[in-house]
Amino acid sequence: MTHEVPTYIGFEEYSERVPASIPSAVQQATNRFVSGRAARVSELPQWEELRQIGSDIRLHTIEHMDVYLTRLEEKVKAAGGHVHWAQTAEDANRIVLQIAREHNVKTAVKSKSMATEEIGLNHALEQAGIQAIETDLGEYIIQLAGTGPSHIIVPAVHLKKEEIAAIFSEKLDMNAPADPIELARIAREVLREKFLNAEMGISGGNFLVAETGTLVMVTNEGNGRMCTTVPDLHVAVVGIDKVIPDWESLTVFLKLLARSATGQKLSTYTQFITGPRCEEGEFGPKEFHLVLLDNGRSNVLKDPVGREVFKCIRCGACANVCPVYKNVGGFAYGWFISGPIGAILSPQMLGTKTARELPYASTLCGACADVCPVKIPIPTILRHLRRRVAQGDAIALPTMPAPIRVTASLASLALTQNWIYRFGTRLLPTLMSVFRRDNWVPSAPYPLSRWTKARPLPPFTAGFRNWWKNVRSAKTKESAR
Amino acid sequence: MPKAQLFITCLGDQFYTSTLQNMTHILERLGVELIFPPEQTCCGQPLFNNGFEDKTRPVALNFMHAFAKSDAPIIGPSGSCVSMVKHHYPSLFKEGTPEHTLAVDISSRTFEFTEYLVNVLKVTDVGAVYSHKVSYHASCHYLREMGLKTEAKTLLNCVKGLEFVSLKEEETCCGFGGAFTVTYPEVSRSMMENKVKDIVASGADTVVMCEPGCLMNVAGGLHKAGSKIRAMHIIDLLASREDTL
Repeated sequence: MTHEVPTYIGFEEYSERVPASIPSAVQQATNRFVSGRAARVSELPQWEELRQIGSDIRLHTIEHMDVYLTRLEEKVKAAGGHVHWAQTAEDANRIVLQIAREHNVKTAVKSKSMATEEIGLNHALEQAGIQAIETDLGEYIIQLAGTGPSHIIVPAVHLKKEEIAAIFSEKLDMNAPADPIELARIAREVLREKFLNAEMGISGGNFLVAETGTLVMVTNEGNGRMCTTVPDLHVAVVGIDKVIPDWESLTVFLKLLARSATGQKLSTYTQFITGPRCEEGEFGPKEFHLVLLDNGRSNVLKDPVGREVFKCIRCGACANVCPVYKNVGGFAYGWFISGPIGAILSPQMLGTKTARELPYASTLCGACADVCPVKIPIPTILRHLRRRVAQGDAIALPTMPAPIRVTASLASLALTQNWIYRFGTRLLPTLMSVFRRDNWVPSAPYPLSRWTKARPLPPFTAGFRNWWKNVRSAKTKESAR
Repeated sequence: MPKAQLFITCLGDQFYTSTLQNMTHILERLGVELIFPPEQTCCGQPLFNNGFEDKTRPVALNFMHAFAKSDAPIIGPSGSCVSMVKHHYPSLFKEGTPEHTLAVDISSRTFEFTEYLVNVLKVTDVGAVYSHKVSYHASCHYLREMGLKTEAKTLLNCVKGLEFVSLKEEETCCGFGGAFTVTYPEVSRSMMENKVKDIVASGADTVVMCEPGCLMNVAGGLHKAGSKIRAMHIIDLLASREDTL
């Protein structure tokens, strides 16, 4: 998984070859986040109320996105910033490249941004001969490793410290110890020089406050502040879904975000950037550009069920509790965004031809919806997208393989025609008795073999109907007599 | 005398004859007059959850017609199947149609077994005796869709001789998820193995749950791991009068 937009996401294929080190690394990290979140949430008696308000504001913004985006553009311009509209990923890359060329940029420092992962900006810059350096520690690690992120907020969550040390040793040509503090020190040393020499800083954004045209960044390492203040040029690439109405709404999301993401009350740094610096002596770049990324979002917004995915504030809490994610890791989801939110976003952004497997990558256990700070009904949207895959809807034709669709039709028939069901119920115990060993069926023919490869099947007994009709009713009659 | 209709679920029908018999015994012992509509097949959840809503509708209609012959409550031994009827049936039909009216009616009188005992009959002690160390797996739809957080534990708490031990991850999915087990068998396996490890670590000799699907998965997983720990449907535990198991 690098810069390329996938043409088919083979979740099943990947799930059969998950590197053994990934689940344990992922579980270790996510379990820590889960308990941290639980502790912060329990301190806040109004948590459920906050979630509801957060959800309402996001839904309202989604429904009136045009209004808020127009206001945002106006305010950013009034503050002296430039606003660019990017319809597609290519447009966004082209815009950033053009700005870079105009300023003769050779090196760009980047703070962590999912939007630039989405459009593959690093690759586009490198193709144009511009060095793009990730400065978030996790992003720096995966950039060295040459992969994409495997978690929304902890991009290198799948790596253990020994693996990170090995990557540093190889890529930086040194002998790096497997010690987190030492590894962070090495990265700081390398990156400090880059910050000072870069001509451009690139960031994403957590929120865009329409009221004042303010870009809000929620970070922990301080690199985001360096990227957006040291170079004279700051370009922010942000999805249009990140717009929120005003500062009052922002207070709600700032309460929800860090608690849900890392189990912090507030992240170490919360930056509010309104345009470039106005006077000499003020902090900040001379020029501020905001690239507003659509890349298919407007289309998704037309679907009243699916569009709730854009309530997301990218905290990653859904992944942290997802038992599927915790056992396969983020790369299984095939694109920049993983976990339950990825399973409902990618099929909508890339289409159900490319990502038809993702809506099924869930047991519908509902743990994600329980923790989502903005109450995205993830299981409902998963079922909605499964319908799109299985039977098609106004947005797409069905992409489920024909044999499965035929099987579903036959099942529906058998379950509706009582005599077929009962005939089958009588037949199965006999048919399956061939495979029975004591009280188990250790291996069964296809498709049940896909069950028995992991655990045996209990034997088909199907004795209740007969018991009710003969044994029990005989007894009941007797006792009535 | 309260009346109730038995909703045996297709998994119960195929695999758990004795659990259904025990359900009958417990309810009759509590003075409930039982009706069993033989026209019932499956609630349609496997089709619904896999995106085949069109094909779910006739199955749901079959279910509703089977249970519409009586106006007695409908009791099932599965939080998941009950949730399908209770929460998803009304969404299958257009508001204002007779089918929708029927779905709302059926939905309003469908209960999960422990829910019916504790919240409707107001019974918490069914006279069960089971002198074992028992842990509990909270099934996902039972817990989250039905919102049944305390019912099973309340019933277990009243069982004589029973010592309750919590699982570390009581509320984590066991990896069943219906067709998920055959769609992504490897992921399902990893999840099941985590659950089995947690059960073994609890030190319990029995693990109990309110869901035939999870039971098939967890019992099979324990067997495969060579564990002697017994996985049981809560109904079977509640039916044990003496420590003869």
